[in-house]
Amino acid sequence: MIDFDPGMLMAIIVVLPFLGALLIAMAGKNSNLREFFTLATGVTTFLLVLNLLPAVLNNESTRYTFAEPFTGLTLQFSLEPLGMIFALMASFLWIVTSVYSIGYMRGNNEQNQTRFYIGFAVAIAFTLGLAFSANLLTLFVFYEMLTISTYPLVTHAGTDNARRGGRVYLGILLTTSIALFLPAMIWTYQTTGTLDFRSGGIFAEGADKFVVGILLLLFFFGVGKAALMPFHRWLPAAMVAPTPVSALLHAVAVVKAGVFTLLKIAVYIFGIDMLASLEARDILLYVAGGGVLLASLIAMRQDNLKARLAYSTVSQLGYVTLGALLATQAGVTGAGMHIVMHAFGKITLFFCAGAIYVASRKTEISNMVGLGRTMPFTMAAFTIGALSVIGLPPTGGTWSKWYLMQGTLDSGHLILMGVLMVSSLLNIAYLLPIPVRGFFANRGNNDSYDGIQEAPWPILLAIAVTVTGCILLFIFPQALYDLATMVR
Amino acid sequence: MGGWEPPWGIEYRVDRLSAFVLLIVSIIAAVAIAFANKNVAREIPQEKHSLFYTALLLCLAGLLGITITGDAFNLFVFLEISSLSSYVLISFGRERRALTAAFQYLIMGTIGATMILIGTGFLYMMTGTLNMADLAQRLPGVMDTNTVRAAFAFLIVGFSIKLALFPLHVWLPNTYAYAPSVVSAFLAATATKVAIYSLIRFLFTIFGAEFAFGEMPLQVILIFLSVVAVFAGSLSAIFQLNIKHMLAYSSIAQIGYIVIGIALVSTVGLGAGILHMFNHALIKGCLFLAVGCVFYQQGNASIDNFKGLGKTMPWTMAAFVIGGLGIIGMPLTAGFVSKWYLVLAALEHGAVGVMIIISVLLGSLLAVVYTWRIVEAAYFNQPDAAAIEKGEAPLGLLVPTWILALATVYFGIYTQLSVDAAMQAAQSLLGGELQ
Repeated sequence: MIDFDPGMLMAIIVVLPFLGALLIAMAGKNSNLREFFTLATGVTTFLLVLNLLPAVLNNESTRYTFAEPFTGLTLQFSLEPLGMIFALMASFLWIVTSVYSIGYMRGNNEQNQTRFYIGFAVAIAFTLGLAFSANLLTLFVFYEMLTISTYPLVTHAGTDNARRGGRVYLGILLTTSIALFLPAMIWTYQTTGTLDFRSGGIFAEGADKFVVGILLLLFFFGVGKAALMPFHRWLPAAMVAPTPVSALLHAVAVVKAGVFTLLKIAVYIFGIDMLASLEARDILLYVAGGGVLLASLIAMRQDNLKARLAYSTVSQLGYVTLGALLATQAGVTGAGMHIVMHAFGKITLFFCAGAIYVASRKTEISNMVGLGRTMPFTMAAFTIGALSVIGLPPTGGTWSKWYLMQGTLDSGHLILMGVLMVSSLLNIAYLLPIPVRGFFANRGNNDSYDGIQEAPWPILLAIAVTVTGCILLFIFPQALYDLATMVR
Repeated sequence: MGGWEPPWGIEYRVDRLSAFVLLIVSIIAAVAIAFANKNVAREIPQEKHSLFYTALLLCLAGLLGITITGDAFNLFVFLEISSLSSYVLISFGRERRALTAAFQYLIMGTIGATMILIGTGFLYMMTGTLNMADLAQRLPGVMDTNTVRAAFAFLIVGFSIKLALFPLHVWLPNTYAYAPSVVSAFLAATATKVAIYSLIRFLFTIFGAEFAFGEMPLQVILIFLSVVAVFAGSLSAIFQLNIKHMLAYSSIAQIGYIVIGIALVSTVGLGAGILHMFNHALIKGCLFLAVGCVFYQQGNASIDNFKGLGKTMPWTMAAFVIGGLGIIGMPLTAGFVSKWYLVLAALEHGAVGVMIIISVLLGSLLAVVYTWRIVEAAYFNQPDAAAIEKGEAPLGLLVPTWILALATVYFGIYTQLSVDAAMQAAQSLLGGELQ
């Protein structure tokens, strides 16, 4: 393959989607050319990210510094297994989501499509920057940029509803990051003199446990993108966005950026050992555990399909947060793997929700009874995605849940194991009835199904890819597992 | 000057601080004058153009003079030159209210200037000198007198009026709102900054930090007032319908940040204050120029005029968004850098520090609210037919606006110049002597 210095390559990878955005803007009204640029940039970016993989597996440490805004604090990229997992996932799913978007946006005749594709490319660029961040400052910069750059996507419809959703979205994400995350970061810097991500954490052995505990609370509530209750409201509010954007928020970029940030902070800022010794951690464990159950319960009561999926995401993010907080190797591995497994599962579900909307304009679950017989492919895919989110074979979700459970055992928090099991049952209860009733229940009123057929082919193609991903991750989890266990 | 050796003659001195402030003033002046050409052509009648430019240059000369002089009385003279010319500049505003605004500013400004004159007079009475370096040397001997304390009080209040520290800010909103756009931008970015410079000069160079903050209870007063300024300014900004008014109230809040930094009396704190003078000048200049573009095209700057501008004036609004992000203190903008250092400095101050941090951060969040009102108005509404016809502002206005917008981003990433200069200035000020 191409022989680049990996450090330089990271910079190129982050800049590439910006160039893509530029090309998309120039293509403008010529929609075929525009979509070609989107896909071409996506594929190139993914291949370049893939190119970095050998360096990570060989444990090579590479850095690329591009600015030093504060003395001793740089804006820097570095290569690291967790970031690699995230970057691979995000760049791959970008391609799939782009294919899907083409079908969705054209199928719905959405307005301002060029702006949409530009926003998407820019959001991916910031996501990749976040994945490669070598220190907390860099991560924070990209974190905030990601919030701002996704705002136009969330409010794409431009209606009053979108404006309200956008306010909640921006309001919660900015409030938590400015009022909690930022001071926590500056305080950490003042205490330790660095913000670098280091194996084993940056706090000294004898650091004041009380202060470190407060910092932990500030960080975990401050990273609003991880949607730790009670700061989860923005996720359901962002449902006003077009479905590909929901997929971007839920699977590819935003929430994943949140839990990725938490995992990085837990492992590389606090360090597993320090984390395990904090009382604040125990509080957070139960906050997260409670959030997992509560969000599942709320999900059961939602009739709007996207809202149900949104609360399901809140609950699933709780898993990753739990995994990070367990402070055991298995927990961290499980959390790292769950980021990917949930991404593939949830993106499938959202793709299906969007396919149903494009094909039938249905958004409420109660109207989808018997839909499986008109859209068999979509509903079958939905079933497999649901299985992955629940954590059942033959899907990848099985493995991450396995390691998360093992993590709860290792740390001795048996109640949390119970939480995970109950939550799985709840997942079954709110996800599986949708395809089951879609295939087997009697249609009450036949005429609302006239003329419905499967969604356009790009949508189906994208769904096929992610479903295959769910299953392949079950059969071949080894590569992902290897990367995840390198995170320590 | 005048053939007399200092300390008898008037001396000009440049140290790190004054060099930095001179840089701020001259950059903004250069950009503003470039902007002025088109702007003035539309907002001011042809026959008054020469008067306008004369006043503008006089004002600039006054501001530069204040910054460069090493003589306390000379500083007063330059202050009057810049103030008198700015009264003239403001009264050029198109609405008749500009006249009352200018008059209000005239009254307040004169009171402030008089106090400064009285304070300087008292100092002269006690020491027999007006040279700053000489004053700094002679003052410690007579420090323990009521006359010096009175001089101190007069000077602080006088400068606080000029720099619009809450609650002495009442002249500022109307002044900025009704002045011609280019004047608003120029004054917002430079005049208050130079007043802050004079305050720093008197506090740290002439009286010395020990007297100002040790013997006098200035720290508590300044911190309290500026925290109130942050809240009062930001909250008032949220409810303004005229965007120039909104920016003016936002300036009051931002001045609060600067004064908080100064009142922390540490290298990092003072440095953060000085740094924010620079960063805020860029950011606020950018915002006022962007509003100036809107004013130029739409003939008004109320929030209704911003409806749909995201479509019809994309470049102007993009610059406005960048400036808005700067005011909020988003990373990759200059505002983030100053906020970082301000919080870092406040962390050293225990419980008071925590209160300061909370107010700084809440201030940022309020800034989100008031800038986002404009963003929503601009991007979520359809432009009316008249606005579509008018279209984007001419290049002569856009280029200066974008220079400041890009500078806002540049100094958010590459901070060597601004941070080093500010921190070194702070260090030498706290070191005591005028270099």
